[in-house]
Amino acid sequence: MIDFLNSIIVLLNFIIIPGISYGSQLALGALGVTFVYAILRFANFAHGEIMSFGAMITILFTWFFQSQNIGLGILPTALLALPIGIIATIILCIISDKFVFQYYRYQKSVPVVLAMVSIGVMFVINAIIRIIIGTETIKFSDGQKFIMKAKQFKVMTGLNEGLALKSSQVITILITILLLTFTFWFLQKTKTGKSMRAFSDNEDLALLSGINPDRVVFITWVIVGVLACVAGTLYGLDKSYKPIIYLNLVLPIFASAIVGGIGSPFGAVVGGYVIAFSEIMVTYAYKKFFVYILPSSLEPSGLVQLLSTDYKFAVSFSILVIVLLIRPSGIFKGRVL
Amino acid sequence: MNNLIGKNLTAGYGGVDIIKDINLEVNEGEIVVIVGPNGAGKSTAMKALLGMLSLTSGSVEYSNKEISSMLPQNRINLGLAFVPQTNNVFTGMTVEENLEMGGFLREDDIIHTINDVYDLFPILKEKRNQSAGELSGGQRQQVAFGRALMTKPKILMLDEPTAGVSPIVMDELFSRIIEVRKTGVGILMVEQNAKQALGIADRGYVLVNGKNSREGSGEELLNNPEVRKSFLGG
Repeated sequence: MIDFLNSIIVLLNFIIIPGISYGSQLALGALGVTFVYAILRFANFAHGEIMSFGAMITILFTWFFQSQNIGLGILPTALLALPIGIIATIILCIISDKFVFQYYRYQKSVPVVLAMVSIGVMFVINAIIRIIIGTETIKFSDGQKFIMKAKQFKVMTGLNEGLALKSSQVITILITILLLTFTFWFLQKTKTGKSMRAFSDNEDLALLSGINPDRVVFITWVIVGVLACVAGTLYGLDKSYKPIIYLNLVLPIFASAIVGGIGSPFGAVVGGYVIAFSEIMVTYAYKKFFVYILPSSLEPSGLVQLLSTDYKFAVSFSILVIVLLIRPSGIFKGRVL
Repeated sequence: MNNLIGKNLTAGYGGVDIIKDINLEVNEGEIVVIVGPNGAGKSTAMKALLGMLSLTSGSVEYSNKEISSMLPQNRINLGLAFVPQTNNVFTGMTVEENLEMGGFLREDDIIHTINDVYDLFPILKEKRNQSAGELSGGQRQQVAFGRALMTKPKILMLDEPTAGVSPIVMDELFSRIIEVRKTGVGILMVEQNAKQALGIADRGYVLVNGKNSREGSGEELLNNPEVRKSFLGG
């Protein structure tokens, strides 16, 4: 019985909790990608850099607040800087729309042209970020790091295995719940949200109903800015901030959006967790788990790890390819909000 | 009295004029039907009135006001409404949400208008929380019709409202159109089912090859031997 409990704790500690928190970060990222796709009808490859930009601004203001000795006590100072990061990210989104995307939209360019354009935007933002904050790894989480340490848990329960709960994980999960609830409420219940769904559903008919396309596009960028900045900051808070990581994140984020059905907000969220859990479950070494659950005679000799963690991104890429081959519309038949 | 007049309309797509020098008029409280063979430019004429394509020459007037250069959205605001032939509902949204979107520009309480639409189409009340994409063809047309009525239009334009529905549903839709006229709305519609449409029409226009060929009261056109021969099937 104790062995069984220990094995459960191992899973919780190394798979479930990290999976939920990484999944939440991907879900928020994928939701942003899906919004752009559903309204503006193109794949925005600059999304990873937009997240990175938001995180960067948040870090800069975190440093500023730290230098002024302003903090939130046990909570990370970054939470205080986050609203400023959000506003900056929204401005970035709107500027890139006004100066770049809008032109191609008015030209009625095909989606693939806009996707290529977004790669250009990605490189520009990427360069700006490197000029401002450099390429090094930055850790900016302060406050109380753990809500529960592995050791505390062991003492508390008397089990062999510890269960650690990082504050960044709990913050990630809480903010995600809050943001997702708000986003879905907005889309389903408010007039503006409904007009966005209508626009995404049938653009011509939306125009005939008097829905202003420029306003819909503006609100889309505001939402994308909020989602991207929060996703980027939470990821940086949980792991660490490094510009190159956000470039790499584009793959699992697009995989999440496509697996769930690109254009479907609910699909993006589900896709985020599917990708996160797949990555973690395929690259986790299960030896410890089996040691507890199997009789000693059957104890595995190797690590029982399907793939090395270096192949993390290969997992999301494989899932992406499989989904595109078998069910290109994704789990929830995406296309519209 | 509100009326919509197209004077000497010439318009088309990509530099090719499909309608040439067409005159159309619809007044409040009357049903006007545009009939004619395929490719005569019936739908094009209607889209030109709404401003969905730009005019090569001619003008559109609404209640003695020149609106030729106005965007379609702004004409909707004035009191025009349009039901396209296809893709005329938000498939992913519920029936009620479709109606709400129809009333998007309204600042006042739209619940009364929604109820009016439900009174006109009782089936929609039953299906109010179902998504419009799951409805049958006839029910979808009713949603499309109801969505257009949400702005309380003075002039309603219908592009083939009975395309692809059964004869029973067609009769049903026509009787609804008559009911809408009773509320004082002017209705301009393009119809393939010319015989039945002219049967309920106050006036009708016959378009052939993008030109006005004939006009008159519904009855006149129905009884005209030439019109009968050319496309009412004898």
